[in-house]
Amino acid sequence: MTTMTMAKALNNGLRRAMEDDDKVLVMGEDVGTLGGVFRITDGLQKDFGDDRVIDTPLAESGIVGTAVGLAMRGYRPVVEIQFDGFVYPAYDQIVCQVAKLHFRSQGRIKMPIVIRIPFGGGIGAVEHHSESPEAQFVHTPGLKVVACSNPADAYTMIQQAIASDDPVIFLEPKRLYYSAKADVDEAATPPPLWKSQVVRTGSDATLVGYGPTVSTCLDAAAVAAEEGRSIEVIDLRTLSPLDLGPVHESVRRTGRLVVVHEAHMTLGMGAEIAARVTEECFHSLEAPVLRVGGYDTPYPPSRIEEAYLPDLDRVLDAVDRTVGF
Amino acid sequence: MTDPVFGPAPDLDADPELVQLLTPEGERVHHPGFDLEFSAEQVRGFYRDMTLVRRLDIEATALQRHGELGLWVQSLGQEAAQIGAGRALLPQDYVFPTYREHGVAWCRDIDPVQLLSMYRGVDHGGWDPAEHNFNLYTVVIGAQTLHATGYAMGVQRDGAVGTGDPTRDTAVVAHFGDGASSQGDVSEAFVFAASYNAPVVFFCQNNQWAISEPIERQSRIPLYRRSQGFGFPGVRVDGNDVLATYSVMQAALRHAREGQGPILVEAFTYRMGAHTTTDDPTRYRHAEEVEQWRLKDPITRVEAHLRREGLADEAFFEEVAAEADELGERMRRECKALPDPQPRGIFDLVHAEQTEELVAQQASYDAHVASFEEVH
Repeated sequence: MTTMTMAKALNNGLRRAMEDDDKVLVMGEDVGTLGGVFRITDGLQKDFGDDRVIDTPLAESGIVGTAVGLAMRGYRPVVEIQFDGFVYPAYDQIVCQVAKLHFRSQGRIKMPIVIRIPFGGGIGAVEHHSESPEAQFVHTPGLKVVACSNPADAYTMIQQAIASDDPVIFLEPKRLYYSAKADVDEAATPPPLWKSQVVRTGSDATLVGYGPTVSTCLDAAAVAAEEGRSIEVIDLRTLSPLDLGPVHESVRRTGRLVVVHEAHMTLGMGAEIAARVTEECFHSLEAPVLRVGGYDTPYPPSRIEEAYLPDLDRVLDAVDRTVGF
Repeated sequence: MTDPVFGPAPDLDADPELVQLLTPEGERVHHPGFDLEFSAEQVRGFYRDMTLVRRLDIEATALQRHGELGLWVQSLGQEAAQIGAGRALLPQDYVFPTYREHGVAWCRDIDPVQLLSMYRGVDHGGWDPAEHNFNLYTVVIGAQTLHATGYAMGVQRDGAVGTGDPTRDTAVVAHFGDGASSQGDVSEAFVFAASYNAPVVFFCQNNQWAISEPIERQSRIPLYRRSQGFGFPGVRVDGNDVLATYSVMQAALRHAREGQGPILVEAFTYRMGAHTTTDDPTRYRHAEEVEQWRLKDPITRVEAHLRREGLADEAFFEEVAAEADELGERMRRECKALPDPQPRGIFDLVHAEQTEELVAQQASYDAHVASFEEVH
């Protein structure tokens, strides 16, 4: 058991995956000598060489498009997109090629590519550095999408994503890279990648989050407990496939659900979860499913980002509304 | 136009030099850089390949007109470029085609009926790429040039370049056209390939037209000179001359296999047909232009050469014609017999590892279908 940051947990996970399988490559802008702008790949090029840790030209479509060719040659590329807002030049390659080649080839071509994207806001950045584009990838058949929320998951989920024969969009909550520190047992048996997890049990309402909003939900549950409310919190972990079994089970007990994400509200994960929970748990619901999310505006300038992001107060307000319905 | 400070502006037509070994009249000419000796058997082989591929194309066009295919993309007029490029390959080389490379597919032993399946709408690509070292057709313009470059980066990591072992050293071919040359992905592929010195041959069939837009809309310099700006060599070859295309491609592939890095080959040719069977070129180009190019037909000049030099007798031409008829008949028969896929199968092909969500959607589809069966 070692205490480490999420950044270190990801670094250790990548290192372990590269040791386990020499077909695993890391590629992206500045991932080599520099170790990535967030230092997630720190030291990997020194230890594995520049054939396996590849500093690429500054072109995201090129990075993902060449990863497709490397995968066809039998490699398992782990691509780093430097920031969420810079993934769009690669969008065509991700949506039209990475996602569809298995289907197009009737399963003959596998795309074991992991696309790591630091996502979400709260770091005081300039435009294009704080976005949450997950719904666009969840909406794309052929991709799998996961988001880690803590160092222990980061360590295991990155290895499980790399071991997957399907392409995985791997979302890392960048504001937790160095603020989230926790004990990581590298020898522990990890839970399956495609499962959500109850991270706090409760009986009055259910909060669902993923990535950066899990800690917000846990904070809200702690404050609510002081007011005598028992809140269950679920970390989705996997956004596609979506594992709502534990959410349905929870809502059947609590009758109340609030979904929290930083992404825009309209057609976000909350909308999909509300639709499915309504279908599966209609007679258990005591109140409409509520969403707390980023507003349907472009991400604001950083001096006012706290007003945009779902924070403790907005989550607690939603809890008040669902309980008081 | 010459600017007093910056000098002359680039001119698309200023540099017409192209490698040619066989004139449109079928006269064998020589080139100091790319000359090869061809046996009579080789030249007859090229004639046979091109004739059969043209028949394949004509037959598929007719099948579309008869409603058997939803669409066909004609390769008419580009047979020399494709057969020259295809026959210069070694077995271990890997090809990334566009959706028009029927002649290259022919050289990679893809059955012509398999080419029809995606245009009939029974699949998105019917062959196993790894079995033929020939990727599925890529429809998004230019995307495959990056896949080729990445594949070539994998070849480098496998130590399969520059070893001197002719059965191991591998080149990768990225096919694209004049329209694709404007795509960002093609420029990015050039940058990546140059940066890593990857063993890719970028083979551009400049057929002069991107649907309705002429080459002048895509480029202000001859396309083969684009590579200079990215730091690797380029060459323009007469794409209607199978001997020249074969010679240039053999040299380019060797260059790549030896570890000397990427190269751009521009095959200067012409799209004699429409862009696809949905297109109507009479709306945007003149018949005289097409007639001028008809005089440069790739098959006619090989036939003239074979006859002039006495390299083939009448029986040979009759034999190839009969073979073409046989191919056409088989394509008609087997195209119509291609089975439609089972709709419930689409759920199984999305992922390598199936998800519970898709299993549930498949079950709901099955139940929906079963509900009709119960009624009857």
